[in-house]
Amino acid sequence: MRKSRIAIADHVAEALLFNRRLLVAFVMVVLLFGVLLLNLYQLQVVKYEEYSTRADGNRIKLVPLSPNRGMIYDRNGVLLAENRPVHSLELVPEQVKDLTQTVQALAKLIAIDEEQQQAFFKEVKQQRRFKSIALKEHLTEQEVAILAVHLHQFSGVTLEARLTRNYPYGDLFTHALGYIGKINEKEYKQLEESQQSANYAASRDIGKVGLEKFYERQLHGTVGYQEVEVNSRGRVIRTLREQPAISGDDLYLSLDLGLQLKAQEALGENRGSVVMLDPRDGAVLAFYSNPSYNPNLFVHGISGKNYRMLLNSPDRPLVNRITQGLFPPASTIKPLLGVAGLENGTVTEQTRIPDPGLYRLPNVSRPWRDHSKYGHGYVDIYTGIIKSCDTYFYDLAYKMGIDKIADFMTKAGFGRPSGIDIHEENEGNMPTREWKKIKHKQNWGPGDTINIGIGQGYWQATPLQMALTTATLINTGARITPRLARNFHNQQQDQSLLLAPEQAITVVDPNNWAISREAMRRTAQQEGGTARGAFLGATYDPAGKTGTQQVINIAAGQKYNAKAINERHRDNAMFVGYAPHHNPEVVVAVVVENAGGGGSNAAPVARVMMDHYFTPAAEKPALPTLAEIALMQEQRAAQMLAREQRYAEEKAAEEARKLKRQQQQHEPSAVPGGAVPATIEPATAPVTTAEQPPITQNRPQPQANGTGSGTEAGTAQQPDAAAPAEGSPNTNSAVSQAPTEDNPIDD
Amino acid sequence: MTEQENQSRLMRWHIDGPLFGALLLLIVIGLFTLYSADGHDLAKVEGQALKVTFAMGIMTMLAQINPQSYRRWSLPMYISGLFFLLIVEFFGYTAKGSTRWIDLGFTKFQPSEMMKLAVPMAVAWYMAKHPMPPRTRDVLAGFLICAAPTLLIAKQPDLGTSILIAMSGVFVLFFSGMSWRIIGFVAALLAAFLPILWHFLMYDYQKRRVLTLFDPERDPLGAGYQTIQSMIAIGSGGIEGKGWMQGTQSQLEFLPERHTDFIFAVFAEEMGLMGVCGLFLLYLFIIGRGLVIASRAQDNYSRFLAGSITLTFFVYVFVNIGMVSGILPVVGVPLPLVSFGGTSFVTLLAGFGILMSVSTHKRMLAKQ
Repeated sequence: MRKSRIAIADHVAEALLFNRRLLVAFVMVVLLFGVLLLNLYQLQVVKYEEYSTRADGNRIKLVPLSPNRGMIYDRNGVLLAENRPVHSLELVPEQVKDLTQTVQALAKLIAIDEEQQQAFFKEVKQQRRFKSIALKEHLTEQEVAILAVHLHQFSGVTLEARLTRNYPYGDLFTHALGYIGKINEKEYKQLEESQQSANYAASRDIGKVGLEKFYERQLHGTVGYQEVEVNSRGRVIRTLREQPAISGDDLYLSLDLGLQLKAQEALGENRGSVVMLDPRDGAVLAFYSNPSYNPNLFVHGISGKNYRMLLNSPDRPLVNRITQGLFPPASTIKPLLGVAGLENGTVTEQTRIPDPGLYRLPNVSRPWRDHSKYGHGYVDIYTGIIKSCDTYFYDLAYKMGIDKIADFMTKAGFGRPSGIDIHEENEGNMPTREWKKIKHKQNWGPGDTINIGIGQGYWQATPLQMALTTATLINTGARITPRLARNFHNQQQDQSLLLAPEQAITVVDPNNWAISREAMRRTAQQEGGTARGAFLGATYDPAGKTGTQQVINIAAGQKYNAKAINERHRDNAMFVGYAPHHNPEVVVAVVVENAGGGGSNAAPVARVMMDHYFTPAAEKPALPTLAEIALMQEQRAAQMLAREQRYAEEKAAEEARKLKRQQQQHEPSAVPGGAVPATIEPATAPVTTAEQPPITQNRPQPQANGTGSGTEAGTAQQPDAAAPAEGSPNTNSAVSQAPTEDNPIDD
Repeated sequence: MTEQENQSRLMRWHIDGPLFGALLLLIVIGLFTLYSADGHDLAKVEGQALKVTFAMGIMTMLAQINPQSYRRWSLPMYISGLFFLLIVEFFGYTAKGSTRWIDLGFTKFQPSEMMKLAVPMAVAWYMAKHPMPPRTRDVLAGFLICAAPTLLIAKQPDLGTSILIAMSGVFVLFFSGMSWRIIGFVAALLAAFLPILWHFLMYDYQKRRVLTLFDPERDPLGAGYQTIQSMIAIGSGGIEGKGWMQGTQSQLEFLPERHTDFIFAVFAEEMGLMGVCGLFLLYLFIIGRGLVIASRAQDNYSRFLAGSITLTFFVYVFVNIGMVSGILPVVGVPLPLVSFGGTSFVTLLAGFGILMSVSTHKRMLAKQ
């Protein structure tokens, strides 16, 4: 009773208390809504710009568009490097119902090996579901055709075409063009350092060697951008804006397809090189090093097997012989050395010296021999050059001294980079006193200078330098910079890449230069000239100088292989020449390794080149079609494979012999009479050859070495031309400058 | 005349017209936002509409029941709720690392949802037995009633729900006239309890959420990602908004949980500050109407319950918008009657059903 009475009595008070609390609650609610609203005002009004920007940053992405790489043409506009679509079979996992089943079904249509399938499924796990993933790349035309017919049966399966580089002439231009390949980590770093990485945002490939590398910047072009809207998972929803990529500039070369073909044909299966320049502006008309290799192999990633074959081949196809092959220039330098002597006053046009077939220095017992056993009688500068008289130039060099010779020859272009527009170049060696001091820790002796007189000894030059210095002779001391590329072609600019000759040598009397040139003309045209035979009947007034360089350097391991020694240690044939004599248009330098004498083996190659050059356009033979080229390429590849097989067999046979001999030495009693001693016999012959090489033209016997530094001069002077990396003092490893560095192998 | 007729017809159905209208408007806004937020999937919106209709049915049903019946059922409901929580504790179904459900085979039952209503009912029942203002020992008893389920739910662990349930009970105490001294004391106690909570009771992920609140950029791809993306969505909406289905943050799926807990960000991005103000007004109207109903209620039980339900509803709104706009830590609280979900709608609309019961039965009582 009491309780309820109190309750009733307090009813109004309770309602009042409750309503007060309600009011407090309502005020709190309004206040807290105020707090929320204040915060939202802050977000949506005060910081609107900031958040709006961030929202756009979320959704708008820049997708880089790769520019098309500039094409490369020869001087007549023949396409040498093009971009060709390569087809790949791609799947979008998100759109494929049953991935495994689809892949199996596709594998029934075209060959997809286990490795490719595994790689694909691995990629599927790593990538976004809506990203297209390649199942098989580089489809053949047949595969593309098969797939195109059946594609409608599959969802989420597409044929994609991407542009990749193609070099239609295969190995014909490799050492000039180089090739492109996938950008590697080191190159990425370099791009970043040069702040070029943004420009490569969409690019897969970069120039690795040759012109492709040298002119990378212009050939590559400028990246474009597509502004797209993406969702949180990166899927592109739509394109907002697009700035197209700017294609790379097309490059026109000075090289001529016809001349390249002639060079390849003339060299045949010989190792060697042909380079033809225009002495007026340095334009390179022909540039071929044999054997070459197919650059297309490298574009898609060469197989390990093919790469090892190229790398380990005794023929060194990866080495660019024109700019990386080092040879003592031998007699080819005689005309220029003659100029040096005349200009220096060491000799005059009238100077005549007796040549009894050998040359002696006072106090040195052993003589330097002339290539002619009986000598050339009294010799002046003309005879010295025309008949390639060694004695005349021994004397000239000895009298002039190494310092003046080195100074003159370096200015002319020896022992220095030519400046050609590829990076793969050895500067060779124009030896000096200081050089020998540093390199060999020995003083320069008079004998060293005498060797220099006939372009041997420590002197090493590339075939390009031989051509280049001949141009210096033609230009009366003005040195050209050889250029493979002539100009870039695009709308904005059409500037020549050729550089004007630079007067490198101060001329005393232009007539001195004319004397040597006249001697070269006679060498090619006059009875008794060493190159006359090669140029009989030539109508374009040719001039030239032969050279024959003997190869004597025999590695210890090779001396048991008689066949290899005979082949690899024949003389290197050389020739430099130009035409027409009075207004030279072309200079040619030819080196044919282990071919024999220069007059009979190198000069004919130069003749072929010049004949082609001077044939009027209308009379030139028609260029082969691309189909014919492809056939030729196939044949050349087969030839190379056969050669490599032969080398491998020879090597195996040699090793077997070695093993047998070792066994015989270790257990002679174990097989009594089992092994016929005669099997070792072949080894003895080449050993004697190596120790007492036959004296042929232009080669001094390393019997005496001036101040008595032993046989040093003889052993150091001629490294194996085919392997310029070995023992050549001024070179970085030539082979490592070739593609090896980047390891383009796709495993 | 017609309005009166209309009202009396609604009265007969025990529907509170203004409240019902406001709730319906809110739900429709929610469905439109959901359509925009969740990939324009009409089927999904239809499914949600079906669930909402079901929940509205429950609300209408509950509105028919006399508040006095609720009062009688308060204690049994509370006790059975506690019982279920104990079952969960020992035999519960575990998902995502917390044990909240009883597996009934065909469906999973979440006792903590039931407790959202049972706790304020039980506290209201207890406080209504005694005159206002309550004695200290009654307040203590009230706290005890709150404490048992709160601790059990916190242990599941479901800190967010346990705090909300505790608050719904405390609101009853507040409305029953608990003295300001005790309120101050409790507030002080809570403040003292916070370090203990932090060091001993909170899980690492809970701590991370709180830390993230103060500096979302400290972990932009982890704990802070949701908050950052949500703030970007809201902020980039500006005053006028980007337009319905035009929000880049939501349409391009940068915003996480956009159809559930973070749906407010979708709304704010697409409707802008103007839309937000409208939404706030709507919520304020619902809350105001709830408080008016509480004020007009004729017995203390109804008053306390109606007041608590209304205020708890506000807490949901505040906590959700607070967390989505970056001023409260991210706790799993949906935006009431807008976020996608079934259970939350049923619980919330059940609460409004009780409010309507309070609103529509008193006059009948008065007439009788």
